[in-house]
Order: sequence, then structure tokens, then C-alpha cells
Amino acid sequence: MAVHVDRYLRLHKMPHIWCPGCGNGIVLGALVRAVAELGCSRDEVVVITGIGCSARTNAIIDFNTFQTTHGRALSFATGFKLARPEMKVVVVTGDGDGLAIGGNHLIHSARRNIDITTILINNSIYGMTGGQHSPLTPAGSYATTAPYGTLEPVFDACRLVEGAGATYVARGTAYHVVLLQRLIARAISHKGFAFVEAVSQCPVGFGRRNKMRTPSEMMRWQKDHAVTVKAAAGMSREQLRGKILIGEFVNRNLPELTEVYGRLIREAQSRPGGE
Amino acid sequence: MMQGNEACVEGAIAAGVRFFAGYPISPATEIAELMAEKLPRVGGAFIQMEDEIASMAAVIGASIGGVKSLTATSGPGFTLKQENLGYAAMVEIPCVIVNVQRGGPSTGMPTLPAQMDVMQSRWGTHGDHPVVVLCPSTVYECYVLTIKAVNIAEMLRVPVIVLSDAIVGHIREKVVLPDPGEIEIVERKKPLVPPEGYLPYRADEDGVPPFITYGKGYRYHITSNNYDEGGFPATNDHKVAHALINRLHAKIEKRRSEIIVTEEYMLDDAEVVIFAYGCTARSAYSAVETAREQGIRAGIIKALTLWPFPREVFRKLGGRVRTVIVPEMNMGQLVVEVEAALKDNPARVVPLNRVDGKMITPGQILDLVKEVI
Ligand SMILES: Cc1ncc(C[n+]2csc(CCOP(=O)(O)OP(=O)(O)O)c2C)c(N)n1
Ligand code: SF4
Repeated sequence: MAVHVDRYLRLHKMPHIWCPGCGNGIVLGALVRAVAELGCSRDEVVVITGIGCSARTNAIIDFNTFQTTHGRALSFATGFKLARPEMKVVVVTGDGDGLAIGGNHLIHSARRNIDITTILINNSIYGMTGGQHSPLTPAGSYATTAPYGTLEPVFDACRLVEGAGATYVARGTAYHVVLLQRLIARAISHKGFAFVEAVSQCPVGFGRRNKMRTPSEMMRWQKDHAVTVKAAAGMSREQLRGKILIGEFVNRNLPELTEVYGRLIREAQSRPGGE
Repeated sequence: MMQGNEACVEGAIAAGVRFFAGYPISPATEIAELMAEKLPRVGGAFIQMEDEIASMAAVIGASIGGVKSLTATSGPGFTLKQENLGYAAMVEIPCVIVNVQRGGPSTGMPTLPAQMDVMQSRWGTHGDHPVVVLCPSTVYECYVLTIKAVNIAEMLRVPVIVLSDAIVGHIREKVVLPDPGEIEIVERKKPLVPPEGYLPYRADEDGVPPFITYGKGYRYHITSNNYDEGGFPATNDHKVAHALINRLHAKIEKRRSEIIVTEEYMLDDAEVVIFAYGCTARSAYSAVETAREQGIRAGIIKALTLWPFPREVFRKLGGRVRTVIVPEMNMGQLVVEVEAALKDNPARVVPLNRVDGKMITPGQILDLVKEVI
């Protein structure tokens, strides 16, 4: 579906601060198109971010937007959503913001199954601060704080939140942008904690230190390494080594926190002594 | 009969608080437990978060959502809340933090009283931020000061701290609460302009910008980076930064007379004055009564507002007072401010400190009064 994204953007805030070739703009485009596709009004959507290049997404989109402290966007979002269950709450975070400093908040937000959509832009690096390694920097790659290559293993963010209780989990890439848009749209319409990992590129912080000189090389990497969940079903372990799975991993319906709490309020108020 | 912590809860609910997020910690846990029970009954929400960083964040998030919000904690948790307390100060989100002080540093003496967080309550977060700190010494004051804290937070769009302690939080006293109709409740100032004309950080004369929650047609941005009147980052704009930081402080300074509460007792002819706050003020009263019975001219200044520091109250002392005693359950924190306030006054300032988790007794204060007289 063709959508004019302009009307969802704060054009007077352009130009944005991202580097040429950065994947953040592609993810932002997917988010905005997904919202348009769902027919949400700009007033009912709240986009909350923390700190990082990923966090700069919300200053330039014309929804209700607030940027919070590093890693804590989900905790702010939890309070906001409990106060305003009727609003559609989206959190955009980075692999450092959401998985290092904010990892615990991510786990517990997933566990609560609170109706928040989290889009984690995974660019394998700390972009904003100039290329330090993140929990998702592949072992052996170079970062300013890993001049000899990273020694630590990464983990799978999608499996983490699935284990923690998220009821919608998916992964897309900046290259597979149509899929990404579809996954984000489903995540937003899902009732419960929804998590979409968007594999993206940071040519400045990651690519140029790791033998991928241009943004297009990085996107080609995404194209070559992504395997859809469907295709993966017919592949061997050996064939899947080094690949990234994309598509929908989890889509289940379980009681959602603000709905359950709303019921509690109604019951408490109907009891004697309630207001 | 009511406990101090319970009075905080009752005060908060009376003031219109409808959201609480917290994390268990002695000696503040009763506040969370009572909130969990009472909030749903009045249509509010309670949540126990994964830590104090998250609970402070959730409280601010709910307040941005348009709901009056409060959290409660003690020393170690108060430290974790500092990160987002600074955020609330910077982006001007009303919220209240009750800190029921216990002995530190670190986990220290979890169930014993202290007054060691006086400076943390003022300077705990980074950056030159404004803050208001109120300090109860009785159960009744827990109630009225929590209401006042919520009102100031909403009026000035600032985080307000209620600095209680293990004694005041746990003591049970008979209290007569004011009728709900008698309680003044403040609501945040709404914009008078339509959405197209709304600049979220354009302040009125009083330094406070009108505030409206999301979902009402007013779409805007909030950022903790240095921001302009439109709410957008102006990260390296010196002029904007200068105006912003000055305004954030000025909005509190302008309202000093509404924020500052002190109480005076037997001050008119006093030669020795005890400047006290929190649980220590309880002993000070008892010490002064005994001193008066013995013909010693002692009086009290009790501070219910610690920050902004009530320096103006010292003007009343004139040249008559010879000594000001400052009893504190710390190594001497507020005494520094008292000294500064009295720098042009001949009165001598004498600290009285205790850090063993036991209250400063009336006897200790009385002995010192006799010594200095
Ligand atoms: C408490 C705190 N610690 C550190 C920082 C500095 N900092 C800003 S952004 C950032 C990393 C962001 O990385 P990521 O989440 O991967 O986002 P990206 O910039 O790559 O989009 C750090 C460490 C901060 N702002 N706050
Ligand atoms: S540093 Fe990386 S993530 Fe940040 S804007 Fe530049 S390319 Fe994008």
C-alpha cells in the first residue's frame, strides 16, 4: 500500500541527525507506514524512546512522542500505559539501550505481557557514542572498545523475550522492509507485549570497522544472511549456521496486564468501601 | 490511631494521587502495600516494578499520562531513583517521592532511623537541578505534607520529595484529619491556546509552562536534552540552555513563601534556639519544655521545608540569640546551611550529631542547652 509518509513527519525538524546510509530511517519509514496501514490517528499513538541514535526516531515523527533516559523507555511506557490503557504505545530502542542497560526492563515488560510494541533496532553496535561493542556485536568483530575483536558471545533477543513471556515476537531487517512493515503492523495490532527486532546497519560505527565499507554492502549482508522462518523449516542445522531467521516466531493470546488490572479496578470499586 | 507511612498514603489519595509504582524496601514498604490495596478502590493503579529505577520511570510515565503519581522508598532505593528524578526535574513532570530514611551508607541499618539523606535529597542527581523537599516530624504532618507535596509538584511541574524517616514513618499517633472539603487540591495548569498555538515549554509569567497530556489533540515532543520552547532538542544552544536552567530554578524561587513552612516555639525571648527537623524535632520540643520548666530561655525553629532552605526564618532572631543548636541524625548536613544563614549574626552554631541508629534524646539536647547557655 502506498502511503504518503510526509503527513506523519515533523518536516520542520528536518534534516535529521542520522549519517548517510543509516538504517534507522528505513525502520522509521516502516513504522510510520505500518501505523498508516492500520489507520491509527496520530493522536492515539505514543512513541517512547530512550537514548541512542535509535532514540532520535521519535523527535521527527508527528505522534505524541517522548524521549526518556538510557534503557528506561519501557519503564516509562509501563507507567504511561497503566495510566492511559486506551493509547497505542510504541517503544523504539537500540541493542545497547534495550538489551544492555535496559535488559532487565525488557524482560519484565515481556513477562507482564503489557500491551506495548517494542521495536528494537539492532545495528550490532553503540552508534551514538561512536562504535563501542553492544550485547549484539558478533564475537570477533571490531569496536572502539574491542580493538582486538570482541570476545563475548551474543544472544538471541527474540528468544530472550519469548522465554520471558512476550506474546508477539518477530524479526525483520532494513533490507526486507516490506516484511518489516507488516511485522510492525501486526505487532501494534496485537494485544499484549509485542517485540520486533529490526536488523539494521550502522555504516559509521560498525560497517567501516568490519570490512563492510558501504551501506549497500551491509544491506547485501542482510539479504544474504536472512532466512525466513518458513524456509528455515526445511533446512538443516548446518545450512542454518551463521544465518539470521526472519519472520514471525510467536503470536499467542494471553491475558494482558492493563486489561486484567482494569477488571481488578472495576471489582474493587463495586465492593463496599470502593469509591 | 494512624502510622506515619499510612498517613502518607491517605494524604496522597486525598490529594488525588492515582498511580503508584514502587519496589519493596524497609522502612517504606507499608506505603507500597497500602497503595496496592487502596488505589484500585479509587480507580487508580499500582504496580510493583523490577527495581527503583523502573518505578521512578513508571511514575513519570504515568504523570505524563495525566495522572498524579507517587513512589516511596528508602536510602538504597532513593539512590536508584536519582537518575529519573533528574529527568523529571529537567523535563518538568510533576511527581512525588517519599523517602523514609534509614541508616546508611549503603544498606547500613535497614530498620533504624537516620537523617542521612538530607543532602542526597537536594543534590542526589547530576546537573544543577531544582527540587523541593518537605520533612514531616509527626503523623499529622505526614498527611498534610504529602498533600502539599502533590500540590507543589502539580503547580510547579517539579519532583517533590517527602523526606520522612523510620521513626516518623512507623510511629502511631492519634490524628484528626481535616475534612475532605477543607483540603486545598491543586490541578496542573492547562493550556489556554489551541493545539496549533501550543508550545509545550513556553512558560507563563510564573515560569511554569501549561501542561496537557497526550491524546487530547496536542501532539508534542519531550526530550531530556537541552530543549527549546517547542520541546525539541537544542543540544548545543548556549542561550537556550542559560534561559532554561535559570527558569527551572526561578519558578521555585518565585514561590518560596508558598513552599516554605517553618514552625516557631518559644522563640520570642529565647537565648538558645534549637533548629530541628524530622524525628529530631520531636526530641527538641520535649527538651525545650523541660528547659523552660527550669527557667532556661530556649526556643525552637522547626523546618517542615528543607529545600529550598528556609533561610529567611533566621532573620527573626535578631541579636538576642546566643547559640543555635542543630541536632541531626547525620554527621552534620543541614548545619552548613544554618551557618550560612547566620553568617552576619553573632549567634554561635553548635551541631549535635548522632549516627548510631538511635534517636537523639531530649536529655542529650537539654544537656547541650545547659552547656552552651
Ligand atoms: C546512563 C547513561 N549511560 C551512558 C550513556 C551514553 N550513551 C548514549 S547512547 C549510548 C549507546 C546507545 O547504543 P544503542 O542502544 O545500541 O543505540 P544506537 O545509538 O546504536 O542506535 C550510550 C552508552 C547515557 N546517555 N546514559
Ligand atoms: S552512528 Fe550509526 S546508528 Fe548512528 S546515525 Fe550514524 S549510522 Fe546511524
